[in-house]
Amino acid sequence: MPTAPLLTVEDLRVAYPQRDGGLQEVVRGVSFTLGRERLGIVGESGSGKSQTGRAIMGLTAPGAVVSAKTLRFDGEGGRGIDLLTCPPQQRRALRGGRMAMVLQDPKFSLSPVMRIGAQIEETLRTHLPVSSSVRRARMLQALADVGIEDPARVARLYPHEVSGGMGQRAMIAMMLVAGPELLIADEPTSALDVTVQLQVLGILDKLVRAGSGGQHDGQHDGKREGNGMGLIFISHDLRLVSSFCDRVLVMYAGRVVEEIAAAELHHARHPYTRGLLNCLPQLGAPAHPLPVLQRDEAWSR
Amino acid sequence: MIGLRVDGLRVVYDGFAAVDGLSFEVAPGESFGIVGESGSGKSTVLRALCGLAPLAGGRIAFTGSGSGSGSGSNMPAEAGSKAWCRQMQMVFQDPYGSLHPRHTVDRLLAEPLAIHGIGQGREREARIERALDEVGLGRGFRFRYPHQLSGGQRQRVAIARALILEPPVLLLDEPTSALDASVQAEVLNLLEALRAQRGLSFVMVSHDLAVVTHLCQRLMVMRRGRAVEMLAAEDLAAQRVQTDYTQQLMQAAAGFVRVGV
Repeated sequence: MPTAPLLTVEDLRVAYPQRDGGLQEVVRGVSFTLGRERLGIVGESGSGKSQTGRAIMGLTAPGAVVSAKTLRFDGEGGRGIDLLTCPPQQRRALRGGRMAMVLQDPKFSLSPVMRIGAQIEETLRTHLPVSSSVRRARMLQALADVGIEDPARVARLYPHEVSGGMGQRAMIAMMLVAGPELLIADEPTSALDVTVQLQVLGILDKLVRAGSGGQHDGQHDGKREGNGMGLIFISHDLRLVSSFCDRVLVMYAGRVVEEIAAAELHHARHPYTRGLLNCLPQLGAPAHPLPVLQRDEAWSR
Repeated sequence: MIGLRVDGLRVVYDGFAAVDGLSFEVAPGESFGIVGESGSGKSTVLRALCGLAPLAGGRIAFTGSGSGSGSGSNMPAEAGSKAWCRQMQMVFQDPYGSLHPRHTVDRLLAEPLAIHGIGQGREREARIERALDEVGLGRGFRFRYPHQLSGGQRQRVAIARALILEPPVLLLDEPTSALDASVQAEVLNLLEALRAQRGLSFVMVSHDLAVVTHLCQRLMVMRRGRAVEMLAAEDLAAQRVQTDYTQQLMQAAAGFVRVGV
């Protein structure tokens, strides 16, 4: 479903200074546009996939050098925002509000000393001027939206009192409560069990398709019309990504080596993509020994 | 070749039965898998087997033997004893956490030899070099520190450390879940080759059904400390499963299914 771009990335580069004074580029000229669709970014550790996501959010570690020809966020309201040159306050206002990021492990990304409900309300306090009773209602609704059955109870709990799957749902609720237009999910299910993984993906799927405000228009003020949001799904799991996303970017050594419609994945042409697909053991199709990925110097050039 | 027989295994932590009356058998030379979601007790079973978890009940015994006398007279009896550990070694999940960060590979591999009083000086060195060759690292890696190795190389060191005592039984706790797919393939191939070469018995724990069926001939599905189902790898591959729970796990492993579009 190609729609007007929400995010335009052109020639994005992220480099970190080395001890010898040089710069090492970990993202080397990534370009793509994102509409209100699901885009997967797949690659192995060190391929630059997470760094790409963090650069878009403006969460790159201090000291890094981020550059791009274009890094523009075109949300609602017409005027595009140049993410590289906009003032830090504007960036801060966007982050968590109109663009949000779900991280890998709820154990490390939720505050251990704050109740879950308070953490979710904090997002609202930062981004929307609403009364505390509305805030509380929105927080409970957000928890209910991610499939938590007793939101009032869970809101009172601390992160260590809930399971991994529940923690991850709480984090998704926190990211979605302000109704973002762009959601970046960096390995949102890797720390979870396979069965819980599917539930979390199901929730993301529902929310992305409906738009975060879609199901309850009119109930809450300040929420936009639900017309779906843009999702960037970052993962190392090629199969999972292809079953969930519309389009997949395959990254290798800081570059996008292949872009392919998820449904066409089995027609992938790049040897790296093919190698990645082949080296996974498959139920019902035994291969002994497993084919091993033969890396080619030319891929990283 | 050595196998295992486990009868009524129980492990209790603070009144909570992590493993609750579990019985299974691993034939000599067999590769046996345990699957289940987190909290099902699958890792605790491995820890109990090698003496790292306190037994609250049940028996673990080695079967088959080098001496050919059935469930042998000269088999060690006490889980966790030195003689026991000679028979059974474990490879842990996280190669970033299971290797001492300030020990060189040489020292990591020398430690089991020192504990068990095997060899001296030159002989030990030869054994370490051989172990490194066997896991495909080569002796060039002997004086490196773990932080100088990639995840796959670290897991190879962990495998070399487990095998340097030449135990007939190897316990594998999610040996590839921290690794990239391409590296996972290499490590799985290595494990398979080593098993064929040495006639090892494997007990492998994983949450990834595809990985377990790749490496194991038979597997046990666990939930809440109990066995839900035992089945052959071929049955799983052909989707011949009996319980709903296993069915659920299988569907989950097949990936996300989009409803409508």
